[in-house]
Amino acid sequence: MPVATDLRSVVSSVVDPEIPVLTIADLGILRSVALDGDHVVVTITPTYSGCPAMRQIEDDIADALRREGVESFEVRVTHNPSWTTDWISDEGHRKLADFGIAPPTDMSEVLCPRCQADHPKMIARFGSTACKALMVCSSCREPFDYFKRF
Amino acid sequence: MSDAVISSVPQGMPAVELEPRLRTIVSHADDNLILAQRLGEWISNAPDLEIDIALGNIALDHLGVARALYTHAGRVEDEGRTEDDFAMRRTEREFLNLLLVEQPNVDFAHTIVRQFFFDVYQGLLWDDLMDSDDETLAGVAARARKEAAYHYEFSSSWMVRLGDGTEESHARAQRGVDSLWRYTAELSAPYPHAWQRRVEGVFGQSGLRPAEDPYQRSGGREGFHTEHLGALLAEMQWMDRTYPGLRW
Repeated sequence: MPVATDLRSVVSSVVDPEIPVLTIADLGILRSVALDGDHVVVTITPTYSGCPAMRQIEDDIADALRREGVESFEVRVTHNPSWTTDWISDEGHRKLADFGIAPPTDMSEVLCPRCQADHPKMIARFGSTACKALMVCSSCREPFDYFKRF
Repeated sequence: MSDAVISSVPQGMPAVELEPRLRTIVSHADDNLILAQRLGEWISNAPDLEIDIALGNIALDHLGVARALYTHAGRVEDEGRTEDDFAMRRTEREFLNLLLVEQPNVDFAHTIVRQFFFDVYQGLLWDDLMDSDDETLAGVAARARKEAAYHYEFSSSWMVRLGDGTEESHARAQRGVDSLWRYTAELSAPYPHAWQRRVEGVFGQSGLRPAEDPYQRSGGREGFHTEHLGALLAEMQWMDRTYPGLRW
């Protein structure tokens, strides 16, 4: 018999397919894991409307639950309240910076994740994925991704 | 037989009968789907890589909004229709999108003008729908509103760069305005003053002006479209109609 808290840690360990250092719990996508008898209901909130990773995340949650022997489950998507980058945990911010992605913050406070220099220049408002902009450091000259505040 | 033809709807074409709440949701979903399809046509064809990626990302945002709204529409209607039923299995007359978004791509300036007119409209729309009693619609609007602000930054700054750029870029942007202006009354109808004020602000910075020809065309929200939507749907729906139920 599955226990809700154990299942929460199982589901929480699912990672974002585009940014594999972040779990869906770090990102704030995972809203709840609830048990209704033997039936598991996982509720998630999509990030950007156009995020193609959401479908992958739903499939990965399903795989994680099946590996634990859970057969009866559903993944619900809720749109209200809508996701914001404020839901990314402090741990998530630290992991992003370590991974080389400047975490979401005011544009004036963005630091180069490599050398910590401030006031980088934006090269493209739309970067490698919908959630990121492409920046270049004004000091070390390295390009980097910035997770747009949203 | 004579009774059957007394109708404002051309014979042989079913009128769209959706209850008002559903109609609203489907209309906004259709705008986003059709514009996403037009923007998607730019992928691998944009003037440079950054613009290619930007247009692709904006298209994805619109597609995501459409998917969320179609899924919601299916739940509200409660007849088992999925997002794919709405997107892939309806005919031209059943689409309720604005005429602006179905207009074919001409050049980059034309695409920017189309996007800019639409971004101004959507900014106002999402602000409004954020307070909707429909919680799902309000949630989708709250998120889409932030995305629309990014889209607006992109399109309005390109309006200024093109309009206030070279003779060539100015001429192309003005040609885009001249050819798309006729579809803006339908677009701005819910918020005419706010829409016009915002557009005029950017026109002022970019040296562009409204078309001299005041002619306006509408009908998209009633399912009467320009000749371009049918061709767009034929391409977009081809796979699903040819191989019904196909999955990857």
